Amino acid sequence: MPEDALPVFFIKPEQGLTSLGLRELWEYRELLYFFVWRDIKVRYKQTVLGAAWAIIQPVFMMVVFSLFFGRLARVPSDGIPYPIFVYCALLPWQLFAHALSESSNSLVTNERLITKVYFPRLLVPLSSVLGGLVDFAIAFVILLLMMAWYGIRPTWAIAALPGFTLLAMASALGVGLWLSALNVRYRDVRYTIGFLIQFWLLATPVAYPSSLIPGRWQALYGLNPMAGVVEGFRWALLGKSEPPGALLAVSGVAVILILIGGLYYFRRMEAEFADVV
Amino acid sequence: MSSDVAIRCEGLSKRYRIGQQERYKALRDVLTDAAAAPFRRLRSAISNSNGNGNSQFEIHNSKSATIWALDDVSFEITQGEVVGVIGRNGAGKSTLLKILSRITKPTKGSAEIHGRVGSLLEVGTGFHPELTGRENIYLNGAILGMRKAEIDLKFDEIVAFAEVEKFIDTPVKRYSSGMHVRLAFAVAAHMETEILLVDEVLAVGDAQFQKKCLGKIGDVARRGRTVLFVSHDMSAVQLLCSHAIRLGSGRIVGHGPAREQVEDYLKVVKNISLIERNQPLKLGPNSQLNSFEIYPNPTISGAPLRFLMELESSVPMRINELAVLIHDSLGRRISILDLRSADGCHRTDGLGSMSFEVEVASFPMVEGEYYLSLWVDSDDVIAEFRDLLSLTVIDDAERREIVTYPPHARGSVELDYRVRV
Repeated sequence: MPEDALPVFFIKPEQGLTSLGLRELWEYRELLYFFVWRDIKVRYKQTVLGAAWAIIQPVFMMVVFSLFFGRLARVPSDGIPYPIFVYCALLPWQLFAHALSESSNSLVTNERLITKVYFPRLLVPLSSVLGGLVDFAIAFVILLLMMAWYGIRPTWAIAALPGFTLLAMASALGVGLWLSALNVRYRDVRYTIGFLIQFWLLATPVAYPSSLIPGRWQALYGLNPMAGVVEGFRWALLGKSEPPGALLAVSGVAVILILIGGLYYFRRMEAEFADVV
Repeated sequence: MSSDVAIRCEGLSKRYRIGQQERYKALRDVLTDAAAAPFRRLRSAISNSNGNGNSQFEIHNSKSATIWALDDVSFEITQGEVVGVIGRNGAGKSTLLKILSRITKPTKGSAEIHGRVGSLLEVGTGFHPELTGRENIYLNGAILGMRKAEIDLKFDEIVAFAEVEKFIDTPVKRYSSGMHVRLAFAVAAHMETEILLVDEVLAVGDAQFQKKCLGKIGDVARRGRTVLFVSHDMSAVQLLCSHAIRLGSGRIVGHGPAREQVEDYLKVVKNISLIERNQPLKLGPNSQLNSFEIYPNPTISGAPLRFLMELESSVPMRINELAVLIHDSLGRRISILDLRSADGCHRTDGLGSMSFEVEVASFPMVEGEYYLSLWVDSDDVIAEFRDLLSLTVIDDAERREIVTYPPHARGSVELDYRVRV
């Protein structure tokens, strides 16, 4: 091999704003695949029910919500049968909640790797966000069955679904980047996550429709990106009359800001992960 | 026309805050630390007035303390060179490898690396116990930077090297520790990078496999790849490496032919042994070794020996394992003195010191230098502190009337025997 064909690496102290290193991320795409593959492969090992857990969780939550909010509290559901109203929202919610908690803890759980091998650290939270997609797909089959049961025919709006799914994952990644980097330094974050997710669930129109929120607060409500995602899901799948335009626009902007901020914060902290974790 | 430099370091330095070395913090710790600081200072003032304080320890306790784990290190390694990195614990060997493998960034200085780097700082990094041997080969290979196609190509070779053909589809949690290590090393050994950084991996596995690993590293070197090899095993360094870099307190104290550097290292160990420095050795954040002595030193081969050791901790803690490790001048382990107690672990009260005294009935080693290390597994620290002390063994001149063979011809142990003709 000619010697000048060798790649040259320069090692220098970290200074100033660094690039996001997205090109390097692309070079390591196989490792990303293996991380996701590992997480999925390992998740239900040594469980009796295995992948059935992906269905059991949202279905049981749907039953409980339908009973207490739908039946007893008579929460309105925009004219949609309450069980499918809530299940349709639980799908992206579970994807988001799982991705958020996994990615926030990801750097700490992969401590051994981080202190012993070099690879772009971004792969770690990224892979834990992607790892939830399989569960999501399995739970989605149940939704299709329920839609058939209730005789709901999807419209052309279903084409927008991948976009909403992406938005949910981007939100989780954005927040997860911030929290995972903070978690390396302050383990308090770990205890905050469970609480944060519960709180976030209440602030998201999962059990109730966003139409309960007065019109002038809608834009502010959209700052919670999951509000846009959940209403987007309902619109795309259950054929609610109008798309959640303003809400979605605000949510989209919020996600982009959180994600870009998270990426830069993560990159800035990255250099000291191995020293602190 | 292109230079044949593989690694060039210029003024490489790495500073750690002591707080950083204590790893992560909870916010609570930050708060309690701030509250406890005045008391700690008070206590160190008291211990100073008792006459047993020392400045080094005080620095460790103060919050703003920093240490230079690596201090202005510059060197050049040409392609195809196999270079050993030697030095005592805390000399900066691992920090150097961590910087060169890009795990952590230097505080100052720079390095230039020509070629892909494979680093093997730990065997089996990223192995997942639930996955099978086959799956772990792919996962581990990818983590070490191999492409899937590359692993496909090498798969059979890796399995054969590790000798785990029959168990390749069994989860590795069912593997014996030997199989685990073999598989892990096999994956790493098949990396095809131009530069290989290896840290003390040979300390694991049985003797036969260690030999195989050494052979593999030798192969790698012969194929013109550059290897940087950190080890406490002086015989391995002499065997494998043409050159060695000797580190001490973060600086380069020697760089040259491996044999010379190994000899110098062993001399230095003798010179700065703990007794002469008469200073406590920091073991972990809250514990230290106050003294570690052997009587008599030098000793006569076959005579009894007495070891004295004093530990101190600032908080109560458990010492699960404690052992004195004895190595010969080539770094081969000769023996250990296992100081565990039969009724569970030792406990320190966090107030005073704790002494150990070991009587060895006879130390029948062939004359030469022996090096004593300490293995500690406590609440505070799990580590091996290498070559704290050297012990000189001299020949028992009275033993026999004949002129003895030179030491290297006599092996390691001086047996107690009589001859009848």
